[in-house]
Order: sequence, then C-alpha cells, then structure tokens
Amino acid sequence: MHLDGVIVEWLLVLVRVIALFVITFLIVPYTVMAERWVCAWIQDRVGPNRTGPFGIMQPWADALKLFLKEDIVPHHVRKVYYVIAPTLVFLPALLTMALMPWGSNLGPMSCVLADIGPGMLVVFAVSAFSVYGIVLAGWASNSKYPFLGGVRSAAQLISYEVCIGLSLVAIFMQTQTLNLTQTVLYQASHGWLVWQQPLAALLFLICMFAETNRAPFDFPEAEQELVSGYNIEYSSLKFGLFFLGEYANMMVASMLLVTLFFGGWSLPFAPFNAPAQVWWVGLAHVAIFIAKTACMLFVYIWVRWTVPRFRYDQLMGLGWKVLFPLALVNILITAVVLGLRGGA
Amino acid sequence: MTAYDAIFWFFSLALLLCGVLVLISPNAVASGLYLVLSFFFLAGLYVLLEAFFLALIQILVYAGAIMVLFLFVIMLLDFRESRHWWRGNLLGWLGAPLAAGTLLTALLPILKRSGALAVAPEQWFEGTLENVMTPVFTRYLLPVEVTALILLAATIGGVVLGRKETKP
Repeated sequence: MHLDGVIVEWLLVLVRVIALFVITFLIVPYTVMAERWVCAWIQDRVGPNRTGPFGIMQPWADALKLFLKEDIVPHHVRKVYYVIAPTLVFLPALLTMALMPWGSNLGPMSCVLADIGPGMLVVFAVSAFSVYGIVLAGWASNSKYPFLGGVRSAAQLISYEVCIGLSLVAIFMQTQTLNLTQTVLYQASHGWLVWQQPLAALLFLICMFAETNRAPFDFPEAEQELVSGYNIEYSSLKFGLFFLGEYANMMVASMLLVTLFFGGWSLPFAPFNAPAQVWWVGLAHVAIFIAKTACMLFVYIWVRWTVPRFRYDQLMGLGWKVLFPLALVNILITAVVLGLRGGA
Repeated sequence: MTAYDAIFWFFSLALLLCGVLVLISPNAVASGLYLVLSFFFLAGLYVLLEAFFLALIQILVYAGAIMVLFLFVIMLLDFRESRHWWRGNLLGWLGAPLAAGTLLTALLPILKRSGALAVAPEQWFEGTLENVMTPVFTRYLLPVEVTALILLAATIGGVVLGRKETKP
C-alpha cells in the first residue's frame, strides 16, 4: 500500500528525531560529568563520587538543582532578548545534530536524519548562529562584564570562522563533495583524512576550540577577568541552558571532527569499512561513532585542564597571522598535489 | 491558494514586516537583529525559487558573518536610543513618501523595459552548488577576479586610512 509506505517513512523520521534528542540529552550531561572526573584526575583529586555508585547520578542531581533554583530576571535587562538568548545558544547545536551521520544504516533506515546535498554548508550556516546567543546575552544583560564577554565572543568567532572555512576547503578539494555521508564513505575507501590532511585537521581542531569558547580560548567567560562573562546575569534554567549549550556545541564540534577527519562511523577494515549489510554491523557503526566522539570530547576536556588561557592579543595574532596563512598554504599544497596526481 | 502560495505569502509578508521594523525600531541593535531575521525570510524565498545554494550562502555569509560584524560595530559605537518613529517632524512625514514616490516613478519605466517585472521563464535550472559555481569559475572568471582585486584594494585602503601614525 502506498499510504502505508508514507506512514512508515514518517515513523522512521520520528524515530530518528527522538533518537537524536535522547543521544544529545544523554551525552551532554555525561560530558559535564566527564569534565569533572577528568579535571579531578588531572588535578589529583577524588572528584564527584557521592551521588549514586561512583557518582554517576551527579549530572541529574545538578540538573535538578538548577531546575529548582529561583529564576531571577534583573530589572535592568532588555527582557525579550534576555529570554531568547539562552535558546539561541542551544538551538544551533540541536539543529546541526540532524545532519550528523552517526551511523551507516540500521536495517532499511539511514542513520542521517537530513542527508542534504551540501550538508557541510548547512552545518556552517547553522553553527554560525550560536554566536548570536552569546552576543545577545551580553547585550541584553545591560551590564558591563556580560557586554565585554559578548563583544569578545563576536570578535573571536568572526576571526576563527574564516580559518575554519579555509581549512576545510582543502578537504572538499580532495573528496570532491560537501556531503557529510559522502565524506565518510570517501574515508572508508581511501583512509582517514587526518593522515592525508594533517595540517587541515590541526587547524580545524584549534578553530573548533575557539568556536566553542573552550579553554585556552574561553575569553567570553574568562572567570578571572570578567567574573563569568556573558552569563553573569542569568540564573536557574536560563543559566543551565547556556551550560547545556556549551557542552552541546562541544559535542557537535567533536562529531564534526570525527566525521571529517577520523572516518566517521567507519573503521579501516572489513566489515566496518562499508555501509552495514547486517544489523549488528549497523549497531557497531553507531557504537564506533559514539566512541570516537567520546575520545574527541576527552581531548577537549584534557586541553582545558592542562593549557592556560591565551592573552586576547595572542588569540587574535594566532588567528590572523598564523592559522589564516597556514590554511591558505594548505589549500595551495593540496591543489598542487591534486594537480600533479593528474586531476582528481 | 496552494500551499506554495501560502508559504510564499508568509515569507514575503514576514520579510516586509521585518524590513519595516528595521526602520522604525528605536534601538540600533534591535534594528540589526530584525535585519538578520529578514535575511532568513529572504532565504526562504530563495528556497521557493529552487535557489538552494543562494539561500544557504545568504544565511551563511550575510546573517552568519556580515551581520555579526555589523552588530559588533553597532554595540561598540553605543548609539543612544533614537526617538520613536512617529515623533518625526512634519517635514519628515511629507518628505519621505515624496522621495520614495519620485524614486519609484523614475525607476518604474526602467524596470518595465528591462523585463525584471515580467513572469520568470518556465525553464530554469535548479540552483545547486555546481550549477551556480561552474559559470563563476569558467565564463565569469575574469569579472570575479577583478571584483576580488577591487575588494582587496578597498581593504588595503581601509587599513591605510585607519592606521595610527607611529614615530619611526
């Protein structure tokens, strides 16, 4: 029946949407948890271990605490913008999740929710919007520290977005596609791009640290200088949403890095280097993707607790005088190599 | 009215509304944000015209990059809130429609002659990445390069003008 087909199709979409939400809302709190564990381990402390066995219930306790806090809206803020700002930080991360190939296929169902042709452009377009949340929060708070945080964030993101785009141009030149699934398939047959484009991978990694406002580039919130930057005036769930947004953005950045440079759901040997034919390979692909993402998240946390923050002029100098020219040189080298290889 | 029409009217009216709000909102940052919103609706119209690449670039470049820069500058300049739009003087109330009317009557014959107001031809191509960019890198390569050169000259000019004089 034709109608049955349509209904099944919509049901499959619904299943994937729910799966994405569940994955996001499971990974994000445990990333916060992992942050605290790894931080404690690096600083030779015990870390949270009181809530539940080994402290695994800690994120839910934290969430409950945030939920029960009084929601204070200071009288000097610009109300409408103040309220929408936290949502704007979180929303782009969720939207980008829809484009992530988090597995090959489970039975007849492809794992990507929206397999759009130039998917990478959509990811860029959407993720460029997380800056509005922070800038708007800084401006709407109508107070000095948040404002400084917002302005810093805007300047930082503009500077590093250029470099992200340019570092990926080399990838696109090699894979001849802007589609994320196609990029993964290319890597499944040609080997991971991180070995072939190490410079692009490094540039992209550094820029992603800047894009997600993580240490060593966490200027918008810089506790020692700006108290806590753009989110000072926020409390309760609105603050929680900023918090969630930061980690969701981190997760999306890790997934992007895995997809573009570390082979996505594939492993370089059979039967994991091709789209799944049997169900257990499909499940294994999802597990591989999540495991790789977890490794990248570990790198994020590891860097935060070992590398001190830059100075602001160093940040700008690094972005424009080092990373930007390197990205251009990388494009040139890629073009020459591809040309010598006799046209891609 | 088909669903297509409904979506078209929704995007168009929302776009116009945002455009008006850009003009009349007393706060410069709010104006900027309405402009960002209007870019979204414009991108929606592009999608209706099957110009997918243009829609994406509209959001990516204008809303995502250029407007961030604009807002950055607006915030740093710290404009005072302007008067509400309805408190303009009589001269403004009369002058603005007059100027707009004059411009429209002057432009209308030109628009009619150019055929821009005519209905779009039936056979058009889908605005995918390949379809849009292939002419840019083949047939229109020279104009694109010249434009890039002009922009470079403008950038260098801006840097030279904005430079602080330092003693050697």
